[in-house]
Amino acid sequence: MADSRVRTATTPPLLEPSAWHEIELEVNGEIVGAQVESRLLLVDFLRHRLGLTGTHVGCEQGSCGACTIIIDGQASRSCLAFAVQADGASIRTVEGLAPSGAPLNRLQEAFHTEHGLQCGFCTPGFLMSLTALEESGEVGKESIEEHLDGNLCRCTGYVNIKKAAHKALLGTSEEAAR
Amino acid sequence: MTAKISAAVVLAGGQSLIPVMNLRMGHPAALVDVCRIPELQQLSMTPDGSLHVGAGVRQADVLADREVGARWPMLRRAISEIGHPQIRSRGTVCGSIAHADPAAELPAVALALDATMVVRSRRGERRIAAEEFVLAPFTTVLEENEILIEVVFPPAGADSGWAFEEFATRRGDFATAGAAVRLVAGAGAVIDCRLALFGVGGRALRLSEAEEAVVGRPVDEEVLAAVHSAVESGLDPSPDVHASGEFRRELAARLAVSTIERAWERSNG
Repeated sequence: MADSRVRTATTPPLLEPSAWHEIELEVNGEIVGAQVESRLLLVDFLRHRLGLTGTHVGCEQGSCGACTIIIDGQASRSCLAFAVQADGASIRTVEGLAPSGAPLNRLQEAFHTEHGLQCGFCTPGFLMSLTALEESGEVGKESIEEHLDGNLCRCTGYVNIKKAAHKALLGTSEEAAR
Repeated sequence: MTAKISAAVVLAGGQSLIPVMNLRMGHPAALVDVCRIPELQQLSMTPDGSLHVGAGVRQADVLADREVGARWPMLRRAISEIGHPQIRSRGTVCGSIAHADPAAELPAVALALDATMVVRSRRGERRIAAEEFVLAPFTTVLEENEILIEVVFPPAGADSGWAFEEFATRRGDFATAGAAVRLVAGAGAVIDCRLALFGVGGRALRLSEAEEAVVGRPVDEEVLAAVHSAVESGLDPSPDVHASGEFRRELAARLAVSTIERAWERSNG
């Protein structure tokens, strides 16, 4: 019986089957196969489909850096990529730095000892940006600054984050405090 | 595909398009990712000395190429001002030019370096000068079904100088105003000058009066004063949350002066 109070949900105009994709990628060393909808952002794939919730969603416009992960060796915004674009890619998230049970790595340890985090929301992004920098072999005061610039923190004012980065990547944290 | 999808949009690096979609300001029916097409990933120098940057070439790849950096230093400098390393790792050179943000670096560099856009569709290929490529904010001459497949930067001669400067509130932000200059000098005078200003109008633009003030003379105080006043009288930038129109105009005039001075120093004039 027709009821005027019942509203019918419109079906989004999905172009089946091209709106779904089979993807295979490497995440933190594991091969992952999945079916993803075209519109699914990479960050949402990591968080909701793989349960890797260390990667955070902040601004969704590339400004804050909370979603930064490493895609094929380069620090990138996972909120500005679709999951389907990661087909065949090698991805690392914050969970890959110290897999469960393993001790914190040098960078994480430095953030801990130098009080480089307060609420921790931005921390995974900072860690992944700095990890990519470290592996690029281009570590220097200027490149550290440049990579830190790409991540926003609303709590600590960056002094301790910079100290932690200097301690882990350059072996000294004193100068960073100045 | 064209028959089935009428509103397909080209997805290159996605660093401008995906934020627009995330903010629900754009909702294309379909995206076509061009970054996986091997032919469009070419970053090459041809025997005539020009640089070809394919549509799938990331900004970070251009930045990392030492030979490109040595021969097109303005390109390297400008890319280093785009967003952050985490953005440049995915953003493309052609994508930024086709997006045509009036405050973006690369459309201005294309203008200053007299680059050519190679555009292709099923109807064939056409080549468009940077000058004619951008019409208005976020609007180019690209027609429906046309794709910018590469940008070609002509060789820079040994007698040319360059400079690129921008003012932004924070590093990585879009420029409040910026200037890119390529200047050719010889026999103690400027032979040719291309000055592109960005962030101060609907698109990156050249001011012929400022350029004419420089050509045929050595760059001295008098010339620089003429450049300053030509930019001041030739611009009427709109105010926004970052700066008033007057501030932007003054900034642009000063950047024009300092970049022309620097480019002159770097040239062999």
